[in-house]
Amino acid sequence: MAKVTLTIDQKTVEAEPGDPLLEVAKKAGVYIPHLCYMDDLPSYGGCRLCAVEIEGVRGLPLACTTQVTDGMVVRTDTAPVRELQRGVMETILSEHPDRCLTCHRKIHCLPNWICLRDDVVTDRCVTCAKNQWCELQQVSEFLGMEGTGRFYEEGRSWYGAREEIPLERENPFIERDYNKCILCARCVRVCDEVRGVGAISVTYKGDKARIDTPFGIPLHETNCELCGACVDVCPTASLMDKTTKWAGLPDKLVSTICPYCGTGCQLLLHVKGERIVRVSADAEGAVNKGQACVKGRYGLDFVHHPERLTTPLIRDNGAFREASWDEALDLVASRLGDYRGEEFAAIASSKCTNEDCYILQKFARVVMGSNNVDHCARL
Amino acid sequence: MSTFEGLKTDGEAAWRNYMGDTKPLLQVGMGSCGVAAGAEEALAVLRREVTARNIPATVSITGCNGMCFAEPLVMVTREGRTVTYGEMTPERIPALVEEVLVRGGVWAEAALGVSGEEEWQGIRPLAETEFFRLQERRLMARCGVIDPENIEHNIALGGYAALHKALSGMTPETVIQEMNQSGLAGRGGANFPCGRKWDFLRQAKATPKYMICNADEGDPGAFVNRILLESDPHLVIEGILIGAYATGAEAAYIYLREEYPLAARRLRIALEQARARGLVGDNILGLGFKCNLELVVGAGSYVCGEETGLISSIQDSRGMPRIRPPFPAQAGVFGKPTNVNNVETYANAPLIIAHGGQWYASMGTERARGTKMFSISGHIVRTGVVEVPLGTPLRRIFEEAGGGVGNGRPLKAIQSGGPLSGFLTARHLDLPLEPQAFAPEGVLMGSGGLVFVDEGACLVDMVLRYLTFAQDESCARCTTCRIGTQRYVDILERITQGKGRPQDLDTFRWLEGVMRNGNCAHGQASPTAVISTLRHFPEEYEAHIREKCCPAGVCPLPAASPALTR
Amino acid sequence: MAGLATTFGSGAMTNSIADLGQAACILAIGTNTTEAHPVIALQLKQMARRGGKLIVANPHWIELCRHATMWLRQRPGSDVALIGGMMRVIVDEGLADSNFIQERCENFDALRESLAAFSLERVSQITGLPQEQIREAARLYATSSSAAIVYAMGITQSSHGTDNVQALADLAMLTGNIGKPGSGVNPLRGHNNVQGSCDMGCLPNVFTGYQSVADGGIRERFEAAWGVSLNPKPGLTLGEIFDAAHDGTVKAIYLVGENPVITDPNAAHIEEALKRLEFLVVQDIFLSETARLAHVVLPAASFAEKEGTFTNTERRVQRVRQAISPVGNSRPDWWITVQLAMRLGAQGFSYEHPAEIMDEIARLTASYGGMAYHRLENGGLQWPCPSPNHPGTSILHREAFTRGKGHFVPVEYRGSLEQPDEEYPLILNTGRMLYHFHSSTLTRRVKGLRELHSEERVEINPQDAVSLGIADGDLVKVTSRRGAVTVRAKVAEGTPPGSLFMTFHFPDTVTNLLTQPGRDPVSKIPELKFCAVRVAKVA
Repeated sequence: MAKVTLTIDQKTVEAEPGDPLLEVAKKAGVYIPHLCYMDDLPSYGGCRLCAVEIEGVRGLPLACTTQVTDGMVVRTDTAPVRELQRGVMETILSEHPDRCLTCHRKIHCLPNWICLRDDVVTDRCVTCAKNQWCELQQVSEFLGMEGTGRFYEEGRSWYGAREEIPLERENPFIERDYNKCILCARCVRVCDEVRGVGAISVTYKGDKARIDTPFGIPLHETNCELCGACVDVCPTASLMDKTTKWAGLPDKLVSTICPYCGTGCQLLLHVKGERIVRVSADAEGAVNKGQACVKGRYGLDFVHHPERLTTPLIRDNGAFREASWDEALDLVASRLGDYRGEEFAAIASSKCTNEDCYILQKFARVVMGSNNVDHCARL
Repeated sequence: MSTFEGLKTDGEAAWRNYMGDTKPLLQVGMGSCGVAAGAEEALAVLRREVTARNIPATVSITGCNGMCFAEPLVMVTREGRTVTYGEMTPERIPALVEEVLVRGGVWAEAALGVSGEEEWQGIRPLAETEFFRLQERRLMARCGVIDPENIEHNIALGGYAALHKALSGMTPETVIQEMNQSGLAGRGGANFPCGRKWDFLRQAKATPKYMICNADEGDPGAFVNRILLESDPHLVIEGILIGAYATGAEAAYIYLREEYPLAARRLRIALEQARARGLVGDNILGLGFKCNLELVVGAGSYVCGEETGLISSIQDSRGMPRIRPPFPAQAGVFGKPTNVNNVETYANAPLIIAHGGQWYASMGTERARGTKMFSISGHIVRTGVVEVPLGTPLRRIFEEAGGGVGNGRPLKAIQSGGPLSGFLTARHLDLPLEPQAFAPEGVLMGSGGLVFVDEGACLVDMVLRYLTFAQDESCARCTTCRIGTQRYVDILERITQGKGRPQDLDTFRWLEGVMRNGNCAHGQASPTAVISTLRHFPEEYEAHIREKCCPAGVCPLPAASPALTR
Repeated sequence: MAGLATTFGSGAMTNSIADLGQAACILAIGTNTTEAHPVIALQLKQMARRGGKLIVANPHWIELCRHATMWLRQRPGSDVALIGGMMRVIVDEGLADSNFIQERCENFDALRESLAAFSLERVSQITGLPQEQIREAARLYATSSSAAIVYAMGITQSSHGTDNVQALADLAMLTGNIGKPGSGVNPLRGHNNVQGSCDMGCLPNVFTGYQSVADGGIRERFEAAWGVSLNPKPGLTLGEIFDAAHDGTVKAIYLVGENPVITDPNAAHIEEALKRLEFLVVQDIFLSETARLAHVVLPAASFAEKEGTFTNTERRVQRVRQAISPVGNSRPDWWITVQLAMRLGAQGFSYEHPAEIMDEIARLTASYGGMAYHRLENGGLQWPCPSPNHPGTSILHREAFTRGKGHFVPVEYRGSLEQPDEEYPLILNTGRMLYHFHSSTLTRRVKGLRELHSEERVEINPQDAVSLGIADGDLVKVTSRRGAVTVRAKVAEGTPPGSLFMTFHFPDTVTNLLTQPGRDPVSKIPELKFCAVRVAKVA
């Protein structure tokens, strides 16, 4: 079908007809605040934040559920739009611990400062594990929510007598804290629509509504595969990696390939100093497009395991002793020097890189004169 | 394969046998209203009495004729005249048997009226009673007359004739033409022209197409659909089939709320009987039209009355209204083109096809055609269901059919259209019953529920109840609806506790603006109860917030302002 | 991979992972995709969700069955019969793609003749499947606009694995399901870089890119590039290497990153073979069960500590990037091997960076000809990628097969080597589970994964469990002709009657003490999915 041309904030944009306006705007570099929309999935229209003005359309339609048409004229930054968005945000924040979002003092705070002026210290920004990488916080900042709080003290708002929901942390990897949940249902949709698992859903309705497993059983007792896709899409601190929840922000993200099966998922290693503090699935991954499995996501701790071999070992009188590289390499070279041709065999590993493998077979053939080289491809 | 003529002949014979028997016929009104008032026991006692005394009489059941206030009802037919007796509790049944069967007369004190237009044995015609005289009974013609579990009765009294007429002599286009001409608009509250809606489905390219009957009557105070389904289920089935024929739908569902077990039972029986007679199935009446009709019972969620929530529920998904587009006419149930209409809307179709669109349009007002059923309840003398021409003044329903408040207190408010609508004042009694007249007052005429409220009620308290309902029934998709309703409840609760603040009223108005951004009517319209009372009853809020008192004495506050009593 | 090489001329996944999601029909046979390849399974589920037809053929109930249009529960080891039966239906009902067969393939008559032996009566008898189900599956596969075959070790780890693979390749060619989107024959490979290690020539008979060491012309090229004369005699395969070590003909082994004591069949034999070596050097990141037998152990850096590339199951070469410094004194594998080579006086081993190694690979390997690190930055490239501007190849055999014409191989059904008998009445199948990997050298060192599953369970059908007096959680002894393991029982409907299932992840319960060393005569892959055992409750 022919492309359509539309205008977003005076920018002329080309798009496929029927594409969600939100996605078209995003690609054109126009940010429309949103908390429930996910790329490539059907619009959910739950958070109601992404309202825009469209010429000739009544009211303030949502950008995520609006399909672009030719000649559409869209404005995302008008006063009514921002007023509505702030209004929606205010309802959302009324049941969220929001000092990290709305405290007018937060710009003066440094991480881990104790705020003496704020009476609700336990709900402050620095006590949230998601501080500084929270999508809800980013949207709040974008919309300038400082100082708002019409509902602070209402009965069941966060600062009222809200019922506390116990944390679920029975499985080793995913911690669920629905006190911070805004019910955007991203987790539910990614679990069902992308993973085909459906371990969780929106349960009950009204003020009792909550994301949960069937009958509220622990996650690992459902058909959940603990892939962590829900954690990756959660815009708040409701779903967090249990073991690395408090690791803070990484120094750098390194994109690499998962060392487990042959799928070749691209992973992002969150590195802080010399430690991998967290792993997430890379949305840019050619094969996995932001998905991973439990092993890739939560199974890389072996890298830092205390049993890692950190020095060469030489067997002496039946027991291993530590040795320097020079000693070990010299010993191996001199012993191997005794065997040429078919007395020697090299066994390669399908875990190693292409370059490792290439060098090993070259070594066997060139140095040792042997074609006895194989690996466990047969298994 | 039975022909319609054959069915008609059989039905008429069965009806004659039932009614015109030499034995008297006693029918106990077995709507849910009757059952709640003890009709099952009454029926058991009646059977026992008749058997024990060896009296030659037919004991049977019927639905509800709308006189819920007088349940249990017993209709006694003799010599072609039917006398309706009210409040026939099990204890009074022996007396009825004594008076009517043993002595062979009538029991004048207990009689509510007699069928026909003339007085009979000193009993005045039912049609002349205050409850009935403003009514135009078309949809309800067979309610409280036939045994709703017997298809032959329905057929004998004209049932399925319109379906036969459409299938044997009309094209789908002409059916839609008649529907358009009738001016029938959706009776579920949205008031959308029915013929146009059917035409959308007819135009849809994808197949199969589905016809859905929305029987998830969830508005508190609305029970018109229940009365129809319990009393004449075949009328609704016939209407759905006509719609299916007009639109090319091969399959249809009736989505019934779980809270209507008796209607479910009647529908199951009705569907079984209709299938057995070739009125539902692969070759209806042998005329080559196929439509399979199934009953789906919901699981108790108010938003499943919203058409897309209902569609999700039929598909075994969570009952959540969907995002539109796509609209049901393009992609509804199972992603296929779908039409959803209310029970009462479908029930009108056989009338329109049988008598013509023109005939139908001649009733009602210029902008609201036909008759409409209303369920009236609350602080009135006679609660029940009436069917009146659209445009009938609200006052006639309240004063004539309902008999006024009756307890000496003045009328304070009228709630129409359920929790997504609002409250009117006694000043509005002269509004004509048509949707267009209600809209400027900030409320909906709705699906037919009218609740009358006297001065003993506190409107802030009532609005709190309505918002609590709206909060509990939010599907939780939209943050604005899920959280907005909670904040309304929080603030209203605070106001009823005497902790209201003047700025709360601004917050109410502000929050309504935010909630209007919701996806479905539930989220958009649930503040209506608050907003309409802010407009029509500002003094109630003033009293609670400024004077810290509750004039009706309902809230835990002084009845009069502490300042005034001093 | 030998099977596909015979038929098509190339033994890799013909299509791509993303492409599977576009198929109209997928036959998933011998793969428990959600457990072993969870992210590829997403494509299969998406395909089914979009209305595609998913046919799962597996003796065991697997999670994928939830999403399947059809589940064929063939008897273990009867795959060739099932596929032959499907082909017979396709030919008999005229559903074959005769244009494709005529233009793109050869030897069809031989296949057709061989199908005479696959009457549905016989196939039904062998597979235990109703005839109608086989017919329906055949029609579903043959009449879909595009149909892909996905398989894994359930097909290859068999004494007739090559037959299995060739039959699948025949089925695809018969219906023209090769060389177009959403089709193909797609083996899912088990390890991150098993495709790459094969591509790199870590095989006894070929250099990089499957260039035969016995071919004089090819050898000359490598001799020129490497500056040495090369041994023309193909070497020993893995199993043969261990056998030779046992015999004493192989005296020294340089073993990198493998743990054959746990993962290979007939584990006791391997351990003995390694113990008989004069010199064993093991290079690994952990002191594995195998490393404990070594004379020298060299500490390798993990994937997170080095630069390099992996080639995934869809032939995509992707960049591995260093995130942290090597832990302790460990070093990248290539660096260690290079040090040894230099100490042994070799020339041509001076590399500063793995990118230079890749450049050398590209010079010597046509399919990697266009690969270079700067081109692999965003998402990598799929081979064949012969030149610096080539975009890579997502679907093989588009115009013609690598070998020219697709070669139909006649099908013949052979039973598995070790059939159950009175003494060993049950079939043991082995496989993987989601939470662990291979010998679990890595995964059992992840606390959470260990918490979720810390020990082996033998799965047994409730019917068998009842007749043997075994309850869920009972300690049982599983015995084969080669050994015995003691393990807890898990009574599960998913395992067919007459069969047991175990993983091979747990070193405390070495499942491969039970499995048998019988191998496919061509691919030399051992029959890990089928051996005869008995099971009894431990008193």
